[in-house]
Amino acid sequence: MDYFLTEQQKMLKQLTRRLAEERILPVRAELDEKEEYPRAIIKDIADADLFRVFIPEKYDGLGGGTLELCLVVEELSRICGSVAVSYAVTALGAYALLLYGNEEQKQKYLPLIASGKKLCAFGLTESAAGSDAGNIKTTAEKTTDGYLINGTKQFITNGGEADIYTIIALTDKTKGARGASAFIMEKDTPGFTFGKKEKKMGIRSSTTRELVFRNCLIPTENLIGKEGMGFIITLKVLDHSRPGIGAQAMGIAQGAMEAAIDYTQQRIQFGHPLISLAVVQHILANMAIKIEASRALIYSVGRYIDSGAKSFTEEAATAKVFASDTAMEVTTNAVQVCGGAGYMRDYPLEKMMRDAKITQIYEGSNEVLRNAIAVALRKRKGRNA
Amino acid sequence: MNIVVCLKQVPGTTEVKIDPVKNTLIRQGIKSIVNPFDAYALEEGVRLKERYTGKVTAISMGPPQAVDMLRDAISTGADEAVILSDIAFAGADTWATAYTLGKAVRKINNFDLVICGRQTIDGDTGQVGPELAEMLGIPFIAYVSKVEEITDRKIRVQRMAEDGYETIETTLPAVITVVKEINIPRLPSFRGMTKAKTAQVPTWKAEDIGAEKENVGLAGSATQVVKIFFPKIVQTAEMLKGDAETQINSLVAKLKEAKLI
Repeated sequence: MDYFLTEQQKMLKQLTRRLAEERILPVRAELDEKEEYPRAIIKDIADADLFRVFIPEKYDGLGGGTLELCLVVEELSRICGSVAVSYAVTALGAYALLLYGNEEQKQKYLPLIASGKKLCAFGLTESAAGSDAGNIKTTAEKTTDGYLINGTKQFITNGGEADIYTIIALTDKTKGARGASAFIMEKDTPGFTFGKKEKKMGIRSSTTRELVFRNCLIPTENLIGKEGMGFIITLKVLDHSRPGIGAQAMGIAQGAMEAAIDYTQQRIQFGHPLISLAVVQHILANMAIKIEASRALIYSVGRYIDSGAKSFTEEAATAKVFASDTAMEVTTNAVQVCGGAGYMRDYPLEKMMRDAKITQIYEGSNEVLRNAIAVALRKRKGRNA
Repeated sequence: MNIVVCLKQVPGTTEVKIDPVKNTLIRQGIKSIVNPFDAYALEEGVRLKERYTGKVTAISMGPPQAVDMLRDAISTGADEAVILSDIAFAGADTWATAYTLGKAVRKINNFDLVICGRQTIDGDTGQVGPELAEMLGIPFIAYVSKVEEITDRKIRVQRMAEDGYETIETTLPAVITVVKEINIPRLPSFRGMTKAKTAQVPTWKAEDIGAEKENVGLAGSATQVVKIFFPKIVQTAEMLKGDAETQINSLVAKLKEAKLI
């Protein structure tokens, strides 16, 4: 399918594919097995200018948008969904600055993010605030010297690896979600420490840790936007990043389908390659149909966002939900058609299935996102434009 | 540092077929790649430029299509590239190649260091690097596995030896050839690829570099290829027969007979 990508977008996709095949493929199983953060690969990604993709040219970026970010994430995920999220989470952590940062904040941080010298993370989730994100307890108390941050964030991707953290904390405990604000927290802030590294089912080479803040004093100028805007910023950031999770899911599914086709072409049973069986062919065809539909949806939403759309919660959620459900179905079926080999760790499929699962859970579980889609649906009475 | 890196486009396979009539390699249908050893040379040039500032110029003698390889060199860090392409250059042996490259390197003013791969994977001679140094009348170090330092118009390197390595220092300008142990070549960057797309890659012909026609290409070659052939594969292996135990016994007997055990 020709999506009429520009020459630059095609070049970006080719470059990422080459990087993924040459640098990630040879080590992906080992990274997964050892649960090892892919620092050398992240450097290769930075050297290839891929962190510049989502940063405006003014701040030393390439001036791309959601679509470009999705193209990179798709190609990385086709080989390894875990390395892909270690890359993509820097975009998630940078979005608050990109969307709501003031000029000084952007000048200070964005060029460092673009070059890959500084990695980012996004700290929202807490032990009592997952889908119920309004229930966060971390506080930001305004003092004469700045904001004093106290609290603990949980399940933070890139925790400990990133240098710049966008965190959400309550500046006014009495207002609940409306009392939340967004801040930039640098890694070396006194009182900022990291909890244990989580042991995960999939995306195991990515690092997930607790962020612990004990009387962390940060300068007043680290407030992003205004006090009380924390939740609005969070919702906008996630609307922007969700197509990227869709692209991660779609890339994983693409990789799984390719691996399943390779295997079923080689595997001889009853005197014929498995792929000659109609039942296998139909499974593979269904994979191709849903992956292509995911891709079309993600690219379309990416373009819609990049066109300057104001509100796209429903669209971004739709792309993320469809692509992640597809990825889970495709990877599960890919393991199934490859039988015992699919289940073995010598083959990449079981890892892809484990990696796919998280895409239905994080950055808004698919259940929460269906709620959001339903809200929008009721508002527009189901009519399309 | 003004660094010149010599690159050659070679067939992307070691299983080339030979034209029995023309005694040349059959290149049709085989994708061309940069000679792998030259990729290490380019990477080292770019790293030295990053360490000491300066400029990297990639040069290649070859057919016009070698320009694609030179553009790739720009995408991975070369600042400029020049292609030496002239029908008169065709059929050059290592001497004529070194002569031509030498003329081109001279044209690049104030060069400090020329880096080549240790050998090509098609010709496999490893002669062009040292011959080039001779043509230029400057020092030469082969099989460099590490550039330790460049200071005060001197270069100190580690050179692979059969057991371990030697540390050698010489004056600049110089020619070095590098081994694969020296680095891991980088991938292109997006900015590099964008630059490579629009970069001007000038073509230098014999007259542009002041090369005399009788010294270049087939005419300038001191050697002549009379014939290229595959050595006959002679099967001298003896297959042992019988079950595993019989085979092992006869193997042991044969090894004893040959006084190997």
